[in-house]
Amino acid sequence: MLLIPCPYCGMERPEIEFRHGGEAHVVRPPDPSAVTDEAWTDYLYFRSNPKGVYAERWRHVSGCGRFFNVVRDTVSDRILASYRAGEPRPAAPVEARR
Amino acid sequence: MSQAFRVPGGVALDRARPISFTFDGVAYAGYEGDTLASALLANGVRIVGRSYKYHRPRGIVSAGPEEPNALVGVARGPGRFTPNLRATEVELTDGLVATSQNRWPSLRFDIGAISDLLAPLFGAGFYYKTFMGPNWLGPNWAWKRVYEPVVRRAAGLGTAPTAPDPDRYARYFDHCDVLVVGAGAAGLAAARAAADSGADVVLCDEAAAPGGSLLAETRATIEGRPARDWLAETLQALGAAANVRILTRTQAFGCYAQNFVGLSERLPEPALIADPTLPRERLWQMRAREVVLAAGAIERPLVFADNDRPGILLAESARRYLNLYGVKVGERVVVVTAHDSAYRAALDLASAGVAVALIADLRDEASGPLPQAARAAGIEVAVKASVHAIRGRGRIEAVRLAAHPGGMRTLACDALLMSGGWTPSVHLFSQARGKLAFDAGLEAFRPGPPVARQRSAGACNATFGLQEALAEGDAAGRAAAEAAGRSPPDPRAIPVEGAPPAAGGTLGAPLHVLGDRHARAFVDFQNDVCVKDVELAIQEGYRSIEHVKRYTTTGMATDQGKLSNMNALAIAAAVRRTSIPEVGLTTFRPPYMPVTFGAFAGPARDDLFDPARRTPIHAWAAERGAAFEDVGQWKRAWYFPRRGEGMRAAVAREGRTVRAGVGLFDASTLGKIEVVGRDAALFLERMYANAFKKLEVGRCRYGLMLTETGYLMDDGVIGRLAPDRFHVTTTTGGAARVLAQMEDYLQTEFTDLEVWLTSTTEQWATIAVQGPRARDTIAPFVEGLDLSNAAFPHMSVRDGKACGVPARVMRVSFSGELGYEINVGSAYGLDVWKALFAEAEKHGGCAYGTETMHVLRAEKGYVIVGQETDGTVTLADLGLDWAIGKAKADFVGKRSLRLAEPAREGRKQLVGLLTEDPTVVLEEGAQVTATATPPTGSSALGHITSSYPSATLGRSIALALVAGGRARVGEKLFASTAAGAVAAIVTAPCFFDPDGKRLHG
Repeated sequence: MLLIPCPYCGMERPEIEFRHGGEAHVVRPPDPSAVTDEAWTDYLYFRSNPKGVYAERWRHVSGCGRFFNVVRDTVSDRILASYRAGEPRPAAPVEARR
Repeated sequence: MSQAFRVPGGVALDRARPISFTFDGVAYAGYEGDTLASALLANGVRIVGRSYKYHRPRGIVSAGPEEPNALVGVARGPGRFTPNLRATEVELTDGLVATSQNRWPSLRFDIGAISDLLAPLFGAGFYYKTFMGPNWLGPNWAWKRVYEPVVRRAAGLGTAPTAPDPDRYARYFDHCDVLVVGAGAAGLAAARAAADSGADVVLCDEAAAPGGSLLAETRATIEGRPARDWLAETLQALGAAANVRILTRTQAFGCYAQNFVGLSERLPEPALIADPTLPRERLWQMRAREVVLAAGAIERPLVFADNDRPGILLAESARRYLNLYGVKVGERVVVVTAHDSAYRAALDLASAGVAVALIADLRDEASGPLPQAARAAGIEVAVKASVHAIRGRGRIEAVRLAAHPGGMRTLACDALLMSGGWTPSVHLFSQARGKLAFDAGLEAFRPGPPVARQRSAGACNATFGLQEALAEGDAAGRAAAEAAGRSPPDPRAIPVEGAPPAAGGTLGAPLHVLGDRHARAFVDFQNDVCVKDVELAIQEGYRSIEHVKRYTTTGMATDQGKLSNMNALAIAAAVRRTSIPEVGLTTFRPPYMPVTFGAFAGPARDDLFDPARRTPIHAWAAERGAAFEDVGQWKRAWYFPRRGEGMRAAVAREGRTVRAGVGLFDASTLGKIEVVGRDAALFLERMYANAFKKLEVGRCRYGLMLTETGYLMDDGVIGRLAPDRFHVTTTTGGAARVLAQMEDYLQTEFTDLEVWLTSTTEQWATIAVQGPRARDTIAPFVEGLDLSNAAFPHMSVRDGKACGVPARVMRVSFSGELGYEINVGSAYGLDVWKALFAEAEKHGGCAYGTETMHVLRAEKGYVIVGQETDGTVTLADLGLDWAIGKAKADFVGKRSLRLAEPAREGRKQLVGLLTEDPTVVLEEGAQVTATATPPTGSSALGHITSSYPSATLGRSIALALVAGGRARVGEKLFASTAAGAVAAIVTAPCFFDPDGKRLHG
């Protein structure tokens, strides 16, 4: 079970308090009617699924209820960064805590 | 035969406390402190099990949890039967009843052993190749009817118990600064160092007695004291320290992210008998700041023909049986080894009076201090050895081997001690994502840099010398304490005497075994995998060890390859003429050892398995004898049978009552969300397919929520209470999902909107009053609102009072009748229900349950999300596309409606189906086809989604999704039933009051 730092609550909490929300920074086209079918299905269905550093959404459902983003290494499960929804992904996540 | 193999000594035993037990119905004697395995060996019991596939007789191989053969079932009274326990771990208690497994009728005479003679049929992957025909009785007939039942009966382990488990299992969540896994030399040194820093230390060990290899140590001294004295003193000091907890009988079975470690602790039988309130096992979910892994190493078997015969066991295990339990494994033993450590066993056995006929060393020379000591003790040592044959079936009688000096010879013996060297236990390190590195010099995988905050010390880090292990443990303990924020003590010198270095080891099979198609040289004992099976797998093209493993099942037994993996890898590498790292390593996954279901389930059973949600009206319904059904976690009243009524009669009566008069229905489980804020209407416009901006205050709309992929996700009535306030209802099962979808878009996509969402599901009790007399029923209780059609038409909402308490009254209908839903605060729900029910009875009304609700709505063709839909159904499929707000630029799911699949012609559409025989009620889920006997391989046109007997219509009705269904109205189609296809005519999906006049009554 991961320990996930919630940027709103300001503390690490166990994973059972959270729900995973898929890949982060997948932006819904502001005007969906203007995009091609291909661009729309890319938005709907295609995710990067990397082996390594990955930005993902979490929601602190049993806590503050907020969505936020986490950068996690999918190989080691190390959490490299945790930041509020809407904030840019940290350029080079530093290992604040392992 | 009374403990004929018992000899003096045995530090684990309390000889003042004899114990009697039975194995396969035969009574034996042992002592307190024995394991079942040591007691069986002491009594000369050699065959303890039959192998999985070939039913070969098998004996005890090891003295620890890695044991692959001695799996037994242990009964401890009614309901207390545990199969597949390792006899090496079962502590002997008075009256213990143990049985062997996978044999019939008995261990000595097992009919299944015929499969050993048929072994050529059972090679690697036999289940993919053999037993496939004949098929002239039908596809796979022979496999399904003949082979599989037989193979299933013959192959297998213990029998699962059938009675409920009467024991309690506890679950703990805990934290510590430093968790030390393994209380052998390295673990003790680590725990002591960490404890000296003041850190909160947990030391766990799988065995009943901590100490690891120190328990059997007879020659070495540590810090000037005999090793066992040092062990006792160290344990005493740790036990006395307030900041240290020692968990014995506790297996660290899983190491998950961020040092989350699963520990399963089993409590000893005497403690349970003394205090029946104790749990049988405890599952610890331990979060440790730092972990020190001191898990030790496991001795490897040697691979030679018939190496599975009872009496052949691991050398160090024989030493443990002697030194811990006072058991000699034989009268005359031969030792075959590639590692110096086996000489220690030979020396100890020789001192105990066992004849050691020969130590046959596989290596070219044996010149270390231990071989020299063996020679000095008068034991014959020969090198360049190779084992060629074993005589004896139920028990080894002789070994034929070649060695220098001496050449080829046959030695009589009743036990053979083998050692292929030691495999570090890197499982937990690897589970924690640590990368392993192959050390070619040691021929072992050892921990590389850790990913988690962990350190490996001692044999699990391939540090095998006692002094070196102690030093490494001490250093790891200090480093862990420091990393956990404590000031560590100074490094401690821990001098060791009398523990000469031991080296050596071999992997895989010797050359004369490789390629011998006749040799039954076992790699994996329990799963009966031989060298030739691994060779065959590679010959057939399997290259990755992961594939070889699955094809041959090597390493897939209950011991998970603890004994076999390295040998299998080396054989695969030899056959492929490549290196071991090239072949790869199978993944280590939790659990390290089998964990009982009881431990995982813990208290989550029976009433505590899943929370049950009950409405405020539940108790009333229960009192009335309602039958309940589970809808998610909710308990919903299903129907209200009167005396002597079955379900069908009750539902027919309830339905007729609603259509003719009035019925009360508990709709409290409906999800309710209050949507409030400046942009509430705009938000709903984006979340739902419908338009909401122009919805007047006081009016309701049937809202349809799509997924972003364009398919129907949920529905419900949405009422506007104020320009900036909406009462949103959802399906019972979809409430959480809808709120989550709303929160998701609100927080992450439509962040410009000012809206607040509040779940009010459990704040309101919702009472649906439906039927032509609904208005008459509620009128006496409702204050502050005009119920007339003009003032309060269908699809309206008002806040007022009912029975004197605040009420939110909605005029809505899911029955097709005049209907109201009265929401009152949950605390008032029961009283308001009772008042309404008394009034309804005056009008001949009744309470109805979910089944009648389903029938009534099906008569009207109203869909239920999750019954008519499955996540791939569009509004157009259901004929609900009229609800879409066409003028809206965007809403969730809108863009997807233009994609090829949702817009495709010929999609399945919702239709009604009326069987030609009105008494036939079709089965929900049945396939709908164009002809009664469609050709094999052709697709169905669709399927039945809802089907009921309808009292209103006096016949059965069904809803179905059928390809191009709306164009087929009037056509005759067929629905599959167990008795063959049944003809039915396609109709519109509404069977009753198609103009909806009754709604507006």
